[in-house]
Amino acid sequence: MNNTGSVTVLQKYPRKRLNQRSQTLMALAFGSIFLVAITVIGTMVGDIAITTNFTQKNFLPQMAHPFGTDWLGRDMLARTLKGMSISIYIGLFASVISAVIAGILGAAAATLGKKVDAVITWFIDLVMGIPHLLLLILISYAIGRGTFGVVVAVAISHWPVLTRIIRGEILQLKESNYIKIAGKLGQSKMKIIVKHMIPHVFPQFLVGLVLLFPHAILHEAALTFLGFGLPPEQPGIGIILSESMKYLSLGMWWLALFPGMVLMTAVLLFDLVGGSLRKMIDPHSAQE
Amino acid sequence: MSCMNNKYILQIKNLSVSFTQYEKGLRKIDLKVIRNLNVSVGEGELVAVVGSSGSGKSLLAHAILGILPQNCDAEGNIWFEDELLSPKRIEELRGKKIVLVPQSVTYLDPLEKVGRQVRKEQNEENVHKKQEELFDFYKLSPNTADLYPFELSGGMARRVLLTTAMMESPRLIIADEPTPGLHLEAAKKAMSHFREFADKGNGVLLITHDVELALEVADRIAVFYAGTTVEEAPVSDFQSVDTLRHPYTKALWRALPQNGFHPFPGKQPYAKDMPNGCPFGPRCSQLTPECEGSIQEQLIRFGRVRCIHAK
Amino acid sequence: MDIEPYSGILKYIGKSIIKIISLLFAVSILSFVLVSASPVDPVRSYIGEVGIANMSAENLAKLEAYFGTNTPPIERYWNWFTGFIQGDMGSSLLYRQPVSSVIQVKFMNSMVLMMTAWIFSGALGFILGITAGLYRDRWIDKAIKGYSLLIASMPTFWLALVLVMIFSVWLQILPIGLSVPIGVNAAEVSIFDSIKHLILPALTLSVIGIANITLHTREKMIDIMGEDYILFAKARGKSRFSIIRNHALRNIMLPAITLQFASISEIFGGSVLVEQVFSYPGLGKAAVSAGLGGDAPLLLGIAVISAALVFGGNLVANLLYGMIDPRIRRGSAYE
Repeated sequence: MNNTGSVTVLQKYPRKRLNQRSQTLMALAFGSIFLVAITVIGTMVGDIAITTNFTQKNFLPQMAHPFGTDWLGRDMLARTLKGMSISIYIGLFASVISAVIAGILGAAAATLGKKVDAVITWFIDLVMGIPHLLLLILISYAIGRGTFGVVVAVAISHWPVLTRIIRGEILQLKESNYIKIAGKLGQSKMKIIVKHMIPHVFPQFLVGLVLLFPHAILHEAALTFLGFGLPPEQPGIGIILSESMKYLSLGMWWLALFPGMVLMTAVLLFDLVGGSLRKMIDPHSAQE
Repeated sequence: MSCMNNKYILQIKNLSVSFTQYEKGLRKIDLKVIRNLNVSVGEGELVAVVGSSGSGKSLLAHAILGILPQNCDAEGNIWFEDELLSPKRIEELRGKKIVLVPQSVTYLDPLEKVGRQVRKEQNEENVHKKQEELFDFYKLSPNTADLYPFELSGGMARRVLLTTAMMESPRLIIADEPTPGLHLEAAKKAMSHFREFADKGNGVLLITHDVELALEVADRIAVFYAGTTVEEAPVSDFQSVDTLRHPYTKALWRALPQNGFHPFPGKQPYAKDMPNGCPFGPRCSQLTPECEGSIQEQLIRFGRVRCIHAK
Repeated sequence: MDIEPYSGILKYIGKSIIKIISLLFAVSILSFVLVSASPVDPVRSYIGEVGIANMSAENLAKLEAYFGTNTPPIERYWNWFTGFIQGDMGSSLLYRQPVSSVIQVKFMNSMVLMMTAWIFSGALGFILGITAGLYRDRWIDKAIKGYSLLIASMPTFWLALVLVMIFSVWLQILPIGLSVPIGVNAAEVSIFDSIKHLILPALTLSVIGIANITLHTREKMIDIMGEDYILFAKARGKSRFSIIRNHALRNIMLPAITLQFASISEIFGGSVLVEQVFSYPGLGKAAVSAGLGGDAPLLLGIAVISAALVFGGNLVANLLYGMIDPRIRRGSAYE
């Protein structure tokens, strides 16, 4: 009975044909290139975006103007790209500031003892208690409307979630065996932090930073849309969309449709880049 | 040994389990966590699979029950009472003829009362009765049924997990580290239920890292090293180092407190950097060039061993 | 009566309430500081530049005293706080009415909108998230996940604009804005009209809200399906249906409650944008007007009320959690 030469297949994992890791890498590259392209082109088209041309008012999307033109004859594609690049710059700046705050507070909460931890955690709860958009309005009200206000508001309000992540990560790390062993072996605190903690936490921090981007960009656009952010002379996406509202009932759908889609695409791409980075860093998710 | 004449309840031949993992960069590798593993359990037998913690022993239990994680491949022949099992047949048998006793209370739903879980949410009167009888048998007070898992003490949890296994009339219990963190004496006591069960003509496959416990309660011991069983021997062979066959088993034996506590250098190879041929080769004093070839299992004095130098 | 068996849960409730009161107090201070730091001068925004030029110094001093421009901030906060406790939140500069009555009206309008969206997005997000989590990596999961990721990246106000373009401009079946038809006395508005004006804002808010709840529920469901107790239930030969019904759904309840109540904050944020697009006269629109119009008392009042809503939601979530999770409910009795 035991002489069967064949082996029973008990379980077969259906593998995808394409190497998952290469797929992730491709997504990462594609997303990054696309975003850099939007930013660079948007920065360079500055003049076209504000050039008015009354012979070409209210054009539907066509070859010469893929996104159409507005009531002043400005090219909507150029305005959109310009606006998007401004949003990306603000998002970049704001995310970095927020991530640095998150890094400092998260590390402090996890390492400076129970009291500091309690205070920081309580403070996170406090900031998260006010609906985010309302908090943004409050901050920009406190600083004054305009570009500076929106940058500061977005920059100093996005740290709570990442702070929690970093705090959790370090706390978990402190409990892990190899850190405990390193401590028992008499390695200095400084050495443990530099050699073991930072290499582990930094990738998480980086992913968190990239994933802050989409939030920062969306919030900047929202705040600008409501009238608190960028001044009307800047072609911010929020400005473009808020101005388009007046022309919607006239049937000028292209004024709102395309700029919004570009904004959405940028947000999706940032999510894609962040998600891919996380997959590359975290071996567990890469196995799937 | 008498067991050779007995009927087998469980026989496993050439069981392999492998995962795919990504290396640095884009290299994809197959991690064979279990390789060509053989083990068997006869009627009335308690067989211990002994291996160090974190060596993937649990996957053996999961493979027999068909509950491996989705992202792995598994193959091998499993016979249960002389029947070669297909994945579908495994599904039919698990929880009925083949049952698992897991290691801790985390294997119980934290939000459901213990009694209801033991009854598998069935409400028939005979199921209630059976559960009450079993609780009584294992000295669990009747109101234990109304407790939640977090309210159980360690000892109660172990007995509750045992009752989950006994609700149907199983022929084979697979016990995966059923006595974590217990002293030898307490663990032996906890194991007495498994011994009783085996003595009634059933089988128990005990998976443990605890060599001393295995020596106390098992009939036969299968030594698990780097994903495979390097030796399967009657427990009596462990009385002297000379009756053991594999160099790893011998090293384990010498490391026992009563045999001098001799530690041996090196550590088990990770599935990723497995040496060619014998996995124990790099740590073995008898290493010869032939050890890097394929190692067949041989039958020596009623025990099986995977070593070309075994006598 | 012997409260010993319940001391755990009572302590838990007490702790939650104390924490929320302390947070709410802190929110009021934080908002007060932010509002006070503003370069906007309340006197100027109340009467305008021209008004100030024409005003006698005496009247100006009176107004300044009224707004407390010259009182130290701590004293001003204290005055505000004691008033707030008695239900007096000051007067709105824009509406020329007590802040409390402005908020009351706006709050009711917003509540209708937010409750509708909250219930819809919660229920649908829950169902979609569970389905996706249970059928992980199958086509249905991919479809749900893809849809949710897309929606999650969508700017709320843009979705509102797109819906307006489709339903109001193109199909012309729903009104563009305002919660009542223009020129009709609010009292004479039929329920049918109110509902018609509610559909698009509520739809926008629901669609946006679904995405997050779905994605989070899906994650939690996947976590749960990887738990030891699910593995063991499988090993015990339970059917997939029985595992889902008895273990997966039972355990997803806890994170689902947290998610559902945590979404209040997000829905409030979304309602600010949606109300702006649809000119819906709720709290969100009032907050924007207050912010743009320099109406500090109203902005402050709305901030505190919205925080109270968010913390209240947290409290309810905690209480429900305590009722459902036996580890909290019976935690003390067997310690």
